[in-house]
Amino acid sequence: MPAIGIPRALLYYDYYPAWKKFFEELGLEVVLSDKTTKTILDSGVKVALDETCLPVKLFYGHVDNLKNKGIDYLFVPRLVSVEKKRYLCPKFLGLPNMVESLMEELPPLLDFKMDLSRKKREFYKDLYALGRKFTINPFKIYLAYRKAVKELKRYEEKMLAGFTPLDCLERGEGENREKKEAAISLGEGKLPVEENLRIAVLGHSYNLNDPYISMDIYGKLKKMGVKIITREMISPSAQMEGIKNLRKDIFWTFGKEIMGSALYLLDKEKIDGVVLVVSFGCGPDSLIGELVERIYKRHRNIPLLFLTLDEHSGEAGILTRLEAFVDMVKFKKESA
Amino acid sequence: MKITFPHMGSLAVPLKTIFEELGQEVVVPPSITKKTVTLGVRHSPEFACFPLKVNIGNFIEALENGADTIIMAGGVGPCRFGYYAEVQREILTDLGYNFELIVLEPPQGSLWGLLANIKRLGNHRSWSEIWEVINIAWKQVLALDVLHEMSLKIRPYEKKKGATTVLYERAQKLIEKARTHEDITWSLDKGKELLNSVDKKTLDRPPLKIGIVGEIYMVLEPYANLDIEKTLGEMGVEVDRSIYLGHWIKEHLFPKAFRSREGEEIKKVAQGYLNHFVGGHGLESVGRTILYSRDNFDGVVHILPFTCTPEIVAQSILPEVSKDYKIPLISFSLDEHSGKAGFVTRLEAFLDLLSQKKYNQELKGAV
Repeated sequence: MPAIGIPRALLYYDYYPAWKKFFEELGLEVVLSDKTTKTILDSGVKVALDETCLPVKLFYGHVDNLKNKGIDYLFVPRLVSVEKKRYLCPKFLGLPNMVESLMEELPPLLDFKMDLSRKKREFYKDLYALGRKFTINPFKIYLAYRKAVKELKRYEEKMLAGFTPLDCLERGEGENREKKEAAISLGEGKLPVEENLRIAVLGHSYNLNDPYISMDIYGKLKKMGVKIITREMISPSAQMEGIKNLRKDIFWTFGKEIMGSALYLLDKEKIDGVVLVVSFGCGPDSLIGELVERIYKRHRNIPLLFLTLDEHSGEAGILTRLEAFVDMVKFKKESA
Repeated sequence: MKITFPHMGSLAVPLKTIFEELGQEVVVPPSITKKTVTLGVRHSPEFACFPLKVNIGNFIEALENGADTIIMAGGVGPCRFGYYAEVQREILTDLGYNFELIVLEPPQGSLWGLLANIKRLGNHRSWSEIWEVINIAWKQVLALDVLHEMSLKIRPYEKKKGATTVLYERAQKLIEKARTHEDITWSLDKGKELLNSVDKKTLDRPPLKIGIVGEIYMVLEPYANLDIEKTLGEMGVEVDRSIYLGHWIKEHLFPKAFRSREGEEIKKVAQGYLNHFVGGHGLESVGRTILYSRDNFDGVVHILPFTCTPEIVAQSILPEVSKDYKIPLISFSLDEHSGKAGFVTRLEAFLDLLSQKKYNQELKGAV
């Protein structure tokens, strides 16, 4: 049974259940890279260009980590677009090429272009070509595709219900049993919420859901007795409602999601504050973040914290800023 | 309506022609200076790419001079440029300026929005009049490009440093003033004459040939690229620029039949390294570098604005291209913090390496 390696980075948090299902249905063994550690991040930083953003550097690190796991193939998809008329970041479009150029002694990369901006048939053609490498049975590929889509739907529904991606993914993996038992989904509100502060944490899923990279922002806020709202808990239709008043549609999927969530929350939901997490050097976010910040400033009633992360961020600094922010939000609420 | 627009190389010349000939008042932003950049940087998002910041500086200075309508181009991604105008509008609004920002978006599905905007900017003149004016401006663009290319060829041979630049600027002025087909043809001939009159020295060996690739704004705008063409030219290097305004317009805005095959060729040669577009000029940077090596250039300079995503993809891949094709390459990531002295030092070191490589090889052949 050939083994296929999937880096635990970037769109892992959005699509892993589907990828896993698809490959397993085709009779492949799926191998994940280890959870992010300093060593993994450092090995990524070493090969990357200085200016590359943190998540891409981390991706290189996870690829490097997979090298020694005895895999036959490496899954580095070219992530062009996941919906009509919208793109992902340019760096994702060139991801397999960058990995190939920068890193040596890699197992063969699986060439797969994920481009849903085109007709569904075109996408299926690409997927079919990917499946053909492992089976000659077209029916099997189609079945794997259907099952993967179903799996993805279930995953997305779970997240809308208030589970974090990490809850779902780790449970599926069956590791971290203790943590699993203790995992309290964010939406259920079993937390000590005396203050009942509701703070939204917005950002790219691959930054927020990696506890090493995000310095466990979720956990830190939870400990401060804050009820967290994440982007995954805001339905796509609500996000679309958020951006409907913009003059120009946002052509980055993640940008749209962040902007849409931020504006929807500003208008519709009772929240006490927003933490916007951005990685240094992120192209789209440099503009989207600026717009969100400006719009929030004009409304003047919801405080916003803009956190920029990179490989040099210190945990203490982040904690101090979060504490100060939560204190401020608390004061504001009490004095109102 | 007092129209203004951002600077990018000599882009202001044709734009001024178009709007003035159509009877609009134009406020050209003052040439980019340190002050422009400082203004722009102060009010722009910290990690936005450099062109956005310079644009903001241009706009502020033009609005202060009385402009009330800003023209910007749009886009549909994935490069950040497509969303520039939206951010710039908010920044300038927050600064309290009263203006309208008209964005010329590439038509997506319907041409109507774009045409309506053009008609309005064209003072509601007839389409044939608008077409005629655009034609004149197009001719100016081409003439300016021809002169620019000539100046690059002549500069390494000039006897007195800076002589080419003086005459080139004079030739540029001639084109700027020419507003009819005959005038432009005459000015172009005159301009060529001027450039050819530069005092030349005979070099004892052929100059180094360097190609410039990178992001269009940084390549076209001398203030942003620290005057790299002039600097290299005066160090005795023959520079070839991969992007010209006219060429870019032809490849991107003309119907497919008018385009040269070059776009396809770039895609083809880049295939083994980058087989998908990445927005901006990422793919071109990779493809062009390969073409330069095929055309026996001595080196390539790659210029990008700091944190430019498409060019980071290119920059990650270019070292491998450079190694495989044996063409030396240097990347400059520039922004408001770039200093000229450090830049020149790095260029000098690069040139030293190139000349050692080139002339030592020749020597070996002779022995």
